Amino acid sequence: MIPRPVRIVGNLSGLPGSQHGARHLVWWGNLGFMVIEGTGFVLAIGVYLYIRSISPSWPPPGDARPDLFWSSLFTGGLLLSELPNWWVHRQAHFNRPAATRRGVLLMTLIGLALIVVRWFGLHHLNIRWDHDAYGSVLWLLMVLHTIHIVTDVGDTAVQALWLYTHVIGEDQFEDVTDNANYWSFVVVAWLPLYVLLFWLPRWA
Amino acid sequence: MSPPAPFPDASRSQRLAAAWADPPGLWGFLTTVDHKRIAARYIVTTLLLLFLAGMVALDMRLQLIQPDMKRMGPQMYDEAFSLHGSTMLFLVSVPVMEAMALWLVPLMLGQRNVAFPRLAAFSYWLYLGGVLMLWVPHALGITPDIGWFEYPPLSGPAYGPGHRADIWAQMITFTEVAALAASVNIVATILKLRPPGMTLARMPLFVWAQLIASIMTILAMPAIMLVTSMLIADRMISTHFFSPSGGGDVLLFQHLFWFFGHPEVYIIFLPATGFVSAIVATFARRPVFGQVPMVLSMLAVGLFGFGLWVHHMYAVGLPRLGNDFYTAASMAIALPVGIQIFCWTATIWSGRPRFQTPMLWVIGFILTFVIGGLSGVMTGAAPLDLQLTDTYFVVAHLHYVLIGGAIFPLLGAFCYWYPKATGRMMSERWGVVAFVLIVGGFNLGFFPMHILGLEGMPRRIYTYGPEMGWGTLNLIATLGSAMAVAGGLVMVANGLLSLRFGERAGADPWDAPTLEWACESPPPCYNFEYTPVVEDLVPLWREGDLPVMDGMSLDSRELLVTSAVEGIPEYRQNSVGPSIWPLVAALAVAAMFIGSIFTAWAVVIGAVPIGIALTIWFWPTRQPATSGPFASRGR
Repeated sequence: MIPRPVRIVGNLSGLPGSQHGARHLVWWGNLGFMVIEGTGFVLAIGVYLYIRSISPSWPPPGDARPDLFWSSLFTGGLLLSELPNWWVHRQAHFNRPAATRRGVLLMTLIGLALIVVRWFGLHHLNIRWDHDAYGSVLWLLMVLHTIHIVTDVGDTAVQALWLYTHVIGEDQFEDVTDNANYWSFVVVAWLPLYVLLFWLPRWA
Repeated sequence: MSPPAPFPDASRSQRLAAAWADPPGLWGFLTTVDHKRIAARYIVTTLLLLFLAGMVALDMRLQLIQPDMKRMGPQMYDEAFSLHGSTMLFLVSVPVMEAMALWLVPLMLGQRNVAFPRLAAFSYWLYLGGVLMLWVPHALGITPDIGWFEYPPLSGPAYGPGHRADIWAQMITFTEVAALAASVNIVATILKLRPPGMTLARMPLFVWAQLIASIMTILAMPAIMLVTSMLIADRMISTHFFSPSGGGDVLLFQHLFWFFGHPEVYIIFLPATGFVSAIVATFARRPVFGQVPMVLSMLAVGLFGFGLWVHHMYAVGLPRLGNDFYTAASMAIALPVGIQIFCWTATIWSGRPRFQTPMLWVIGFILTFVIGGLSGVMTGAAPLDLQLTDTYFVVAHLHYVLIGGAIFPLLGAFCYWYPKATGRMMSERWGVVAFVLIVGGFNLGFFPMHILGLEGMPRRIYTYGPEMGWGTLNLIATLGSAMAVAGGLVMVANGLLSLRFGERAGADPWDAPTLEWACESPPPCYNFEYTPVVEDLVPLWREGDLPVMDGMSLDSRELLVTSAVEGIPEYRQNSVGPSIWPLVAALAVAAMFIGSIFTAWAVVIGAVPIGIALTIWFWPTRQPATSGPFASRGR
């Protein structure tokens, strides 16, 4: 069956094959997943505050507070990592293959170092998840954020491997900027958690 | 301007078909990324489950047909309503609406596929995993048995031994990941793949409805994933989120559950309003009255939908001021919904209506849904709800809202788009018979439940004594349900027989205004030969030939990406082809989800195959490096 007749009013063949930033389709997919996970963080923070609201003190009587050293070191390192992250984003934005490769490799190494710091941080929370609800929600937020760090570092490592072994196209440069955006999301997501998990018990 | 091309030429369609066709046979079935095929299998699966859940419901109605029936014991009855509710909410209502979006949105936008085709395939396979997660254990005699919302402490480690609650919780995880993947895909498709000229203001109401519902899904589903993960953690690794003795709180579960659960009602309902708007415009033969108020109403529903969850919890003893606030909010949401009803009525009133089957379903929807909405205003009021909660009044209300408000429009949508999907018309006569049986049977079956509830019959009881005096109304309710099921069977038979015997439909049998009716019926694998250009809300109702653009690749898969607000062409995006890796990734995720019921280590170990599958899935195929330390030596 023949659909209705058409009248050609323009030609799209002159359009480029890729675009930067919010013009690119994948940027929106990345944003969508950041919103999903951001919502997850906000709700989990809500759980933390809810459990705090029904506890006589915070942390509950008899529970130790988490150590500050490793978490503060992690926070400092995470904030500093934004500088090379921003630099990589810029190199990819300008389609510079050599600098992009080096930058993504550097971000992989920085991410691995931060995972090590996080590992020690997990050992200095000073409570187990099965001790009480405070321990449970503390571990919930720490594990949730750690999953994000590990996932993004894994993704960055795979990206570094691919970039070093292939001719980089415009879409792949965009992938690098999306990955850098995601790292910024992981950094921003951590800051309220740091205040909430490590300072609130000291102020309360 | 190019010379006119009055009819598509054969070589053009052959080249496009070569670029967009799936491999033949089973391999093509497993690897397809065609949004129509994926959506069709989504829809067929949901219909199969609708049938199964309907059979379970009929079985429950048989048990309640008279006092002191012995067909089911309490355990079997508990399993039946848990299975029915979980299936209908998680495996039918939400997925079928998303599937309709995956099928229709690209066609309404004049596109050749969704934004992320492999993500769509992944979404379906994970959804299927959720289906199997609930129904395979059911076949093995391990059925969740504490309702569709599985509150702790009943579902907690102390009162819910075995794996029934775990199965329910992980079924949720499967379906919610699938729903989130579909929603991101739909949002990106709507915002970035609109045809040239389709500004947000010129977007069909159906597409608006799917956009808002998908954004709601993105904001609501994380709550249920979080809460079921916390439940599994309480059961598996002895966390204390919901155990008061450890400083947790059972009500925390209810808050998180309903923060998802109430928006879910609108995640189901909003796409249904999209169906209604599309059908009303076509069959009243005029654009929907009040496009702007309609869009604003849907946005308001989306917003208010997140502010109502506590009205499911009036009876748990929250502060009175909180109850007052949520009562007011529950009343307020009736206003935007009322505006929609008004706009549809005004459209029909001021149009030249044709009362064919799809339009009959709209009439059935408006009448039934208004009753459900009004009983919703009643149960939304805290003082009245305290009397009605956990009675059959609530069962009547929720079915009026969900069946009347969502399933009736869905059945209308099936009748409306059936010719587009199959190229054949359904029998009008049998369509009317099915409509009368279903709408009549539904009202006969569920209206008496209002009265039963007011008489004090609690929900979720497996039987009742003759001294209660509920026998007659229950008998009527069961007869009505059986009538509705018979109507459903007539409709399915009509659909199946019309595949073979139905009249040829042509591209646009209803003289409809939106772009999906501009391509062939059924649409070829590439959907459209040219890129349609949109100049107003009703592009196919303009006089003359359809304005289109040429220039998208004929020999490779390309999608036209446009700006998010104005729909101005920005670039041509390469679109991925068939791949087995979404299925492999879904299998890896399934292995982890199922394993995590038995050991927490499954989460860690299971991440490895998932990572491998995702890496291969996303690995771009390009030539080896010609610069840098790993440059190919061959060059």
